[in-house]
Amino acid sequence: MLSSQIKSNEIVFGSCNKDLLEEIIFYGIGLGADFVEIFIENTDNSSVLAEEDFITSVSPSFGRGAGIRIFKGKKDGFVSTNDLTKHGLMRSVSQAIEMLDITDNKREIFNGLNKHRDYSLSKKKWINEVPSIHEISEKLLVSTKSLKKNNKIITRKGSYSRNLQEVIIASSDGTYVSDIRLHQTVGLNVIASEAQYRSSGSRRFGSSGMPNEFRLWDHEKAANDVFESSMNMLYADYVDAGQMPVVLANKFGGVIFHEACGHLLETTQIERGTTPFENKLNEKIAHESVTAIDEGISEGSFGSLSVDDEGMEPEKSVLIKDGILKKFISDRAGELRTGHKRTGSGRRQNYSFAAASRMRNTYIAKGEHSKEDLINSISEGLYCKSMGGGSVGATGQFNFAVEEGYLIKNGKLTSPVKGATLIGEAKEVMPKISMCGNDLELAPGFCGSISGSVNVTVGQPHIKVDSITVGGR
Amino acid sequence: MNSREITTQISKAADFLNLKKWDYGASFSNDYSVQVDKGEAKQLKASQKQILTIRVWNQSNLVGITTTSDISESGIKKALKQANIASDFGNKNESTEFSPLAKDPIKVKEVKKRNPVGIKKLLTVLREAEVKLLESHESIKSVPYNGLSESFFERVYANSEGAFRSYSKSQAALYLYARAEENNKKPRSSGSVKLGYGADDIDIESCIKEASNKTISHLNYSSIKTDKYLICFSPESFLTIINAFSSMFNARSIIDGVSLSNKNSIGEKLSTEALNIYDDGLHEKNISSTPFDGEGTPTKRLCLINRGRIENFIHSESTARIFKTTPTGHAGLGSKVSVSPDWIVVEKSDENIDLKTSLDHSTYEGEFVYIEELNAIHAGVRASQGSFSLPFDGWLYKNGKKISIESATVAGDIKYLLKNIVNIESSQEVTTSGISPHIWVDELSITGDA
Repeated sequence: MLSSQIKSNEIVFGSCNKDLLEEIIFYGIGLGADFVEIFIENTDNSSVLAEEDFITSVSPSFGRGAGIRIFKGKKDGFVSTNDLTKHGLMRSVSQAIEMLDITDNKREIFNGLNKHRDYSLSKKKWINEVPSIHEISEKLLVSTKSLKKNNKIITRKGSYSRNLQEVIIASSDGTYVSDIRLHQTVGLNVIASEAQYRSSGSRRFGSSGMPNEFRLWDHEKAANDVFESSMNMLYADYVDAGQMPVVLANKFGGVIFHEACGHLLETTQIERGTTPFENKLNEKIAHESVTAIDEGISEGSFGSLSVDDEGMEPEKSVLIKDGILKKFISDRAGELRTGHKRTGSGRRQNYSFAAASRMRNTYIAKGEHSKEDLINSISEGLYCKSMGGGSVGATGQFNFAVEEGYLIKNGKLTSPVKGATLIGEAKEVMPKISMCGNDLELAPGFCGSISGSVNVTVGQPHIKVDSITVGGR
Repeated sequence: MNSREITTQISKAADFLNLKKWDYGASFSNDYSVQVDKGEAKQLKASQKQILTIRVWNQSNLVGITTTSDISESGIKKALKQANIASDFGNKNESTEFSPLAKDPIKVKEVKKRNPVGIKKLLTVLREAEVKLLESHESIKSVPYNGLSESFFERVYANSEGAFRSYSKSQAALYLYARAEENNKKPRSSGSVKLGYGADDIDIESCIKEASNKTISHLNYSSIKTDKYLICFSPESFLTIINAFSSMFNARSIIDGVSLSNKNSIGEKLSTEALNIYDDGLHEKNISSTPFDGEGTPTKRLCLINRGRIENFIHSESTARIFKTTPTGHAGLGSKVSVSPDWIVVEKSDENIDLKTSLDHSTYEGEFVYIEELNAIHAGVRASQGSFSLPFDGWLYKNGKKISIESATVAGDIKYLLKNIVNIESSQEVTTSGISPHIWVDELSITGDA
């Protein structure tokens, strides 16, 4: 008997679950839901940590669960469970219906699920193609050994994690898709110390859907980069605080655009009334040199996906074109509540979160200047070569740590400085991005927000901000 | 399966796989939460979660671990097998054992059992709270971040030598963050969080009042000149700083070389003799207390700083063995066992004659900056280097007037901060992360826009 002919009372990954999913959706619609969505996942993850010359942690994990979302009007109820039996899923639907207090007799029509869109077919082999724990451990140890370049390096760490997520998404608009997602990330960290001086250096790399990527990772280059960064910063003085022009490096420098502006272009921010850009569509919100994009389609990028967590293929969204706001990042609830069309950006950390409008690969497009053009244009300022983390407050104010910074004097890079923080508001800073370099590069990261932590890419070419507040001592 | 049945199941499966030594930690929870938007229900959420973490020791006494949400018979077998495979890569450089205290008696706070009040009640309460907050001041236009939740969970630890601990509790949380807008001014936002053992225990009125007062108090704002200032840290902000640099007291961080302290730092003078700091997970005001840690070690009160000097470090089983002491109840179960503080209590010691007691945030008439809340901790703290540069919400007190500070950061070094404490006020305040009085520090750098 073919697996598709088995009428199961439980979700079975790798099999056709259409009958069971339809039964669950019919059940929800029959109880008065306007819309029913079922998100089911099965995960197989591993992480490995190397410290100095030893593997100190190997952490496999696996799990499965379902998130069921019911809409009634603009309200939604969301229930998550580890129980993937028919009984468990129906109980979750009932619970969501009960939460929404549905009393009217209006019934939507559910015509059954569409033809299965299976994005996982070519990906089932991935689990056998990713590196084994043994292979990962060996390469991590070689990597941490590469960091041992002098006796000022007092701690060396290498970490790897692999997340394999199999998903099934079905909803009452007929959506029925399956996919397998693979994310791998590897990072190196050092702490350097001599007398009273201390510095740190770190770099992280990541990919999606590329089982062989870790094998191809150039650990020597990464180790050299991290080592040099920590050495450059070891004796650095604290930066003097003040307003000044800055040049932000490419790759992870894009984290500022992601945090300070990107989040304000998510429809969840419109729903909350917390974005200053809500009524600015087709208006100038940035310098004309700025074009910004959010997309989920760059092959292998950390934020790419074949299909979002609501079953929609991701699109390339031009958010800002030559300084003019063109689009918001939207999910199903965002479209329902704000009217902005979905962009294939409904994302969630796992089954226990309802999807929300989230960024994917977000970057400022390249311009025409060289990095040197930007630096040469500044008589006194700061070059932010490597950014640490940051955050944005409820009123849009952002704050970012500069991990590796250099003073600019008379158009030249001079001494390294530490302790710098960039402070500002997107609305005020975006018009001050006056020059964009021609060296766009992307970098992986993790973004935490309303629907949990998701894999993203940030990026930009080198950019110049004419004036920004630099926090220091 | 209940926790006893899971223990039996693990024991059977371990026997089958010839695994003689194992332990596990598990948590089971049911959570309910609501959010509202201008009187309408926005998202209503319920979740049922179960997480099981199993460790096994192989014949070479190396440890492997696996975490799963699949607590079926087959899931448990698979987890044990995976943990066994992972044990081949166990840390040969640092052994892990059961906590010697895993069977010691634990102190469980007597708390009346709460039952779920249900989503409808949560929704009604939150709607009413939102309305009251919106009506509290004409400038408060929305409450963009709000939520009321209740959680019911059980934690379990057991091992193959017969240790078994189980603890059930409930917790509810209300948060209200209001946004105020006035013509020709930037929007201002602030809020309040309150915890309780159940939704009925939360002091909703005080949460509304606090969120409203804090938000309104920031309506009149001004930028501040970059300079060094006398600072008064609110209890909440001082606890934030101490928690951010808790690696100074963390034996795991010391072993890993990421702490400012070292093995010989016990007795090191960090601050004025007037300062005492404890970690007290079982404190009667700690709603989130648990009676044992991830290794089954009982939670206890521990003095971290006594009269300005480091008195103790917090430990797991393995760090305690390395430091030739006993575990302190601060371990988190994992492939590499983590160590973290529970609930910090800051107080003034008896040795306080050198304090400038005229510095009292409610009466002092000189110029100072009051830091109400520190933000972006994950971005602005370099714990291994001791430095911080953090945005904050607060006020400048000058010439008898108080004005909210727009867009500023405070920067410094934790050792400098602790050494420059000039007053510890007498009255302590309870926060969600601990208890502390107001703390005064001289000469910290503030960067502003002025």
